[in-house]
Amino acid sequence: MRLELRGITKRFGSFTANDSISITVEPGQIHCLLGENGAGKSTLMNVLFGLLHPEEGEVLIDGEVTKFADSGEAVRRGIGMVHQHFMLVPVFSVAENVVLGFEPTKSFDRVDYKRATEEIRRISKEFSLEVDPDAIVENLPIGLQQRVEILKALSHDAELLILDEPTAVLTPQEIDALMSIMRSLAASGKSILFISHKLKEVKAISDVITVIRQGKVVGTAEPTASEKELASLMVGREVILTVEKTPSTPGANVLEIRDLVVHDDRGLIAVNGVSLDVRAGEILALAGVQGNGQTELVEAITGLRRVESGTVTLKGRDVTNVTPRQALDAGIGHIPEDRQRFGLVLSMSLADNLVLNTPKRAPFAKHGTRNLRAIDQNARDRVEDFDIRATSIREPVSSLSGGNQQKVIVARELSRTLQVLIASQPTRGLDVGSIEYVHHQIVQQRNEGNGSLIVSSELDEVMALGDRIAVMFAGKISGIVDPSVSRQAIGLLMAGETNLEHV
Amino acid sequence: MSEQLATRPPRHFLRRIGSQDPIVVASLALLLGFVVGALIIITTTPAVLDAWRGLFHSWGAPGHAIKVSFDNVGAAYRTMFTGSIIDPQSFWHSLTTGKGWDTTLTPISETLTYATPLVIVSIGVGIAFQTGIFNIGANGQAVLGGIMGTAAGSMVHMPTVLHIPFTLAAGLAGGVISGAVPGVLKALTGAHEVIVTIMFNYVLYAFLLFAVLSTALQQPGQQNDISRTLDPSAQLAPLFGVGSGLRVSYGVFVAIAVVLFAWWLLDRSSLGFEFRVTGANPQAARASGMNARVIVIVVFLISGGLAGLAGVVQVASTTHYIDGEFLIGNAGIGFTAITVALLGRNRPMGIVWSSLLFAALGVGGRAMQATTGIPLDLATVIQSAVVLFVATPVLVKEIFRLRGAPSQTIELATKGWST
Repeated sequence: MRLELRGITKRFGSFTANDSISITVEPGQIHCLLGENGAGKSTLMNVLFGLLHPEEGEVLIDGEVTKFADSGEAVRRGIGMVHQHFMLVPVFSVAENVVLGFEPTKSFDRVDYKRATEEIRRISKEFSLEVDPDAIVENLPIGLQQRVEILKALSHDAELLILDEPTAVLTPQEIDALMSIMRSLAASGKSILFISHKLKEVKAISDVITVIRQGKVVGTAEPTASEKELASLMVGREVILTVEKTPSTPGANVLEIRDLVVHDDRGLIAVNGVSLDVRAGEILALAGVQGNGQTELVEAITGLRRVESGTVTLKGRDVTNVTPRQALDAGIGHIPEDRQRFGLVLSMSLADNLVLNTPKRAPFAKHGTRNLRAIDQNARDRVEDFDIRATSIREPVSSLSGGNQQKVIVARELSRTLQVLIASQPTRGLDVGSIEYVHHQIVQQRNEGNGSLIVSSELDEVMALGDRIAVMFAGKISGIVDPSVSRQAIGLLMAGETNLEHV
Repeated sequence: MSEQLATRPPRHFLRRIGSQDPIVVASLALLLGFVVGALIIITTTPAVLDAWRGLFHSWGAPGHAIKVSFDNVGAAYRTMFTGSIIDPQSFWHSLTTGKGWDTTLTPISETLTYATPLVIVSIGVGIAFQTGIFNIGANGQAVLGGIMGTAAGSMVHMPTVLHIPFTLAAGLAGGVISGAVPGVLKALTGAHEVIVTIMFNYVLYAFLLFAVLSTALQQPGQQNDISRTLDPSAQLAPLFGVGSGLRVSYGVFVAIAVVLFAWWLLDRSSLGFEFRVTGANPQAARASGMNARVIVIVVFLISGGLAGLAGVVQVASTTHYIDGEFLIGNAGIGFTAITVALLGRNRPMGIVWSSLLFAALGVGGRAMQATTGIPLDLATVIQSAVVLFVATPVLVKEIFRLRGAPSQTIELATKGWST
């Protein structure tokens, strides 16, 4: 299929998410759309998939102008989409998920599972995508779940596949597997639109790269272009891919974690005997593919999840299984992974969010009555100190950009007296400017002598920030290394390899 | 000149429409509610229908049909207004002659009488809503408040200065006790408050029958389900004296005190801040060190307490006794309170206005029924239509072509029952 987008413009109110974007994808081509988070990539794909309707511009399939009323029509015209967050029913089998919405039926409208299963076997074989049609989706590893999504798209005779940030949740090895699938699909004539902000992958797989910035196409590049060139195209200026920091001068242990065992929501072991030390004046970066127990580990330390066994000690004081309130009061600062769910109340004002976890503390309240003057003063000070861009301290935080929302949380935590800072994915979804700012603040508080545990699934961030790097895999620490080791070595640790001698 | 005009900010009201001000939306919803009511009057009143049936009988018929429609709708709404707020003729008469103030003030007095307990119970429901909790048991809590208040006011005897506070406190306590049950069950076992409160209503209704038939509370010499009468020292006296015939009582001051308390609690107290955070984002509340269990219990104690207070205020200011039907049936203020709180966006002043509106529609509806024969149900239809339009701001904006119609962030007054 030859797909052409001509002058697509999509606005949300006064905000222009896509500004007259034109792209052409040739049959059998892997076309990469590269851009920062918020550059408008996902909006463009939603337009293409019929989920959003553009104000201007047109979509051409094989030279013919096409309009999709909804995604069902896009599917019928041969466009398949694999979303960043999988759209699968976890308790259904692979076969059930693949045919969902287009079930083959027997008499009396009964679903013909046999035919569904056979169909999936046929497609799996044709494109060598090995998946057991009878397996239950929730039992499959993420990489295979993604394969199910791809199968689903192919089963609708997709000629063009849209892959929205497909590698975000995969291990390096799973990424390799995905790439070989993409290559074989392209070889069989399917067109692929691959969305990513990861330079290495883009370079490795693409035939053509289109770079988008702030809703506009800012250039096309060959995969031979250097990473630095691509990065500066993407963000519009020279990028420092490292964080400037002096060597650390670690002091005594602040946070000691010993043999910690924590369960996940389903009661399965998520953290399996983890021991870690975080020292004063040091950043311990915890790397790992998401879903290997990092979330549960952080929740256990901050009192949000019960510790089954093992201990957490803060400056010699036992803080195992304390309440979130006690953890906060003990000086554990927390920048949560999902900032909008755990860190902020979006409908409330900037000022209220800045005292979210200290509403009863002086000077913000006296005898149960809030001191609005002190709360406002605090907000003005924080806005000033942390360069939070907002029109008013009364503005609801929902109207702030992602970067400024994160600054609100960083400001709130770093302005308390801390012993240790726990930050999960502190720069996820932020623009480059905000990333630099948050990194700078984290290094700053390290220099002031706090201990820091920074959890991140971004290898670049881990390597740039960490004074030491611990890697977590399947609930265990697979290794603690110096940031000077190679990316490949950390990648192997992330995949569970603990023997690094052959690297 | 034209340049200057173009850049001048729009007039105040228009700007508020543009900004999707909730007050504007509520006013327009009210207007739409009356339009719906008018259509129902036109399509259901026999006289109007007859006029429309004769549409093709003579040249003057269409004009006649329209006139009859307007006359009937006009008469209905006029009596509704004069019956619930004020009759201008009677007002003018009183003003010029200085006589008949009782008659003139009766409609507004009645509206205030109905609104008083409604404000109190609705604020309790609204506080729970703001915390993300559905208190569907306010009616049962008001019933227990009424029972305990009646017991305190009729079985114990003391001077007025002590007896009124004692009676009110007993009603409050009744509400607190009945609110504690679902609160504690939810906090400790996770039992869903909607189920528990609905079911607990029936337990309390049964207890009401038991209480008014018990030797302790039953009116001596009675076989029926009627309680003792409150001592005069426990009654909330009419504001203008018994002789005035105006029923509006000192209960109004209880309602005002509750409004002030609720304003402080929600807008100024750190406890209320925790309530609102919990209601808006329970996960962030937990991560910020707030104790959800304690909050659930405290909210239920407050919400139930206010419902109980409403129950006792109702008894002490109007009937002075309770019977087996007290607050039972569809007239239960604890259920009306749910819609009133939603209409008032769960905020104290909003609830005051929506309570007054509901009370006026109810009182005016009765006057309308008596004068024009249009059934009282029309008032209920208007109430329901208003709530429906308030609940669907997008629809209202679409009808009036307000700017920025399809809002991206529609504020929900409440959330679903799950999670």
